[in-house]
Amino acid sequence: MSEWVGIFIVALMVLSAIFAVEWRDLLAAVVGMAAVSLFASIAFFFLQAPDVAMTEAAIGAAMSAAIFIFAIKRTQRYESEEEGTGWWVRW
Amino acid sequence: MTSIGVYYFGAISLILIGLYAILTKRNLLKILVGLSIMETGVNLLLISVGYVRNATAPILSDYATPTNVVDPIPQALVLTAIVIGVATTALALSVAINVYERYNTLDIEKIRGLRG
Amino acid sequence: MVKRILAIIFILVIGFWIANALAKVPFGEDKMLVGKYYLENVKEQTGAINAVTAVVVNYRGFDTLGEVTVLFIASTGVAALLWRRREERSAEVDGSLILKTGSRVLLPFIMLFGAYIFIHGHLTPGGGFPGGATIATAFLMIYLAYKEYEIDHNLFEPLEGLSGVSYVAVGLIGLAIGGYFLFDWIWQIWEVGDIGRLLSAGFIPIIYTIIGIKVGTELTGIIDRMIKESKEVEG
Repeated sequence: MSEWVGIFIVALMVLSAIFAVEWRDLLAAVVGMAAVSLFASIAFFFLQAPDVAMTEAAIGAAMSAAIFIFAIKRTQRYESEEEGTGWWVRW
Repeated sequence: MTSIGVYYFGAISLILIGLYAILTKRNLLKILVGLSIMETGVNLLLISVGYVRNATAPILSDYATPTNVVDPIPQALVLTAIVIGVATTALALSVAINVYERYNTLDIEKIRGLRG
Repeated sequence: MVKRILAIIFILVIGFWIANALAKVPFGEDKMLVGKYYLENVKEQTGAINAVTAVVVNYRGFDTLGEVTVLFIASTGVAALLWRRREERSAEVDGSLILKTGSRVLLPFIMLFGAYIFIHGHLTPGGGFPGGATIATAFLMIYLAYKEYEIDHNLFEPLEGLSGVSYVAVGLIGLAIGGYFLFDWIWQIWEVGDIGRLLSAGFIPIIYTIIGIKVGTELTGIIDRMIKESKEVEG
């Protein structure tokens, strides 16, 4: 039973990570990153690490997302669309 | 699935997804999002290495004796690493804010083009 | 497009590599080495029942001092990088009535919970790092609700420095009494308290209170720095 919950949590975590990387809207990406942290916190709890789970819930889901959102507010919200030449060409 | 450990799979996936973002994305904040995801993956990997099946959290009591609790050392490492991670991420974000105020863009290739 | 394909090939190679390495590390098996020693001796040597806390503060207290220093340097770096001559928050309105009232009601409880987490670090899950972060989230909530609010810098910055100094001072007292830095003289020589009570575990509650205050003030300082924007002087 608990094993299936673990598989479900890990699947949701990986899915949120993929969304966090792929979304062009940075605000949405940060929310995806916070979701990764929240699911990781549940995974820590299943791995018998309550100390780490508490820290990750307080830091990863609240503080980290908040500082990213402040940074987005001071810069820009959307990632540019264009595809440039690769990094290996410019070196 | 029990023998392989689904948490190993999740941790490696998070590390690789973060690495992919760092390699392919051009937006500075997106790279930092990738770095943050990678950090979570590394923390999850450390904790799952310390896990022992059918054991409980390392808080000793009458029922949790030293023989049936998980390894406390990775937990102690990760506990501090999370807090340090958010502080260093804040430092990186302040650098990104300064770059944006100087060059008015977050695109790393444009910033590299503007170099000296 | 080529870039993406190359990156995917690259991460697949690295993933294969990590998976190969981890195949030698079986999941869920007991592979403790020094952890076993800590678990068997933690009650007698430190008086704490939470082994994680004992490792963080007592066995590896010097590492924790280094990590707190890293935190301090990062916080100072944020303050140095984001320092502007004129800065103010760009929010035009306060939060809604529900947010304002709710945050005012919740603030003392969140602070109390944070203090509970770091004072009871040697008995229950938690400790200085999550406790300090919880206190910082309380200030984050107030910042989001009230646009005029600002922490009292004259209180926070001395508190931050004072907690760092007192960590070193506790270590130096240990050096004077027991002969090495961060020696737990309260538990090992005075033997105060019994195992499992709040008054036990030597200097772990003291150090964790110091760490909680330090982490809380530093993360609050980072929030305060990042939420304020420089006022545009030229277009």
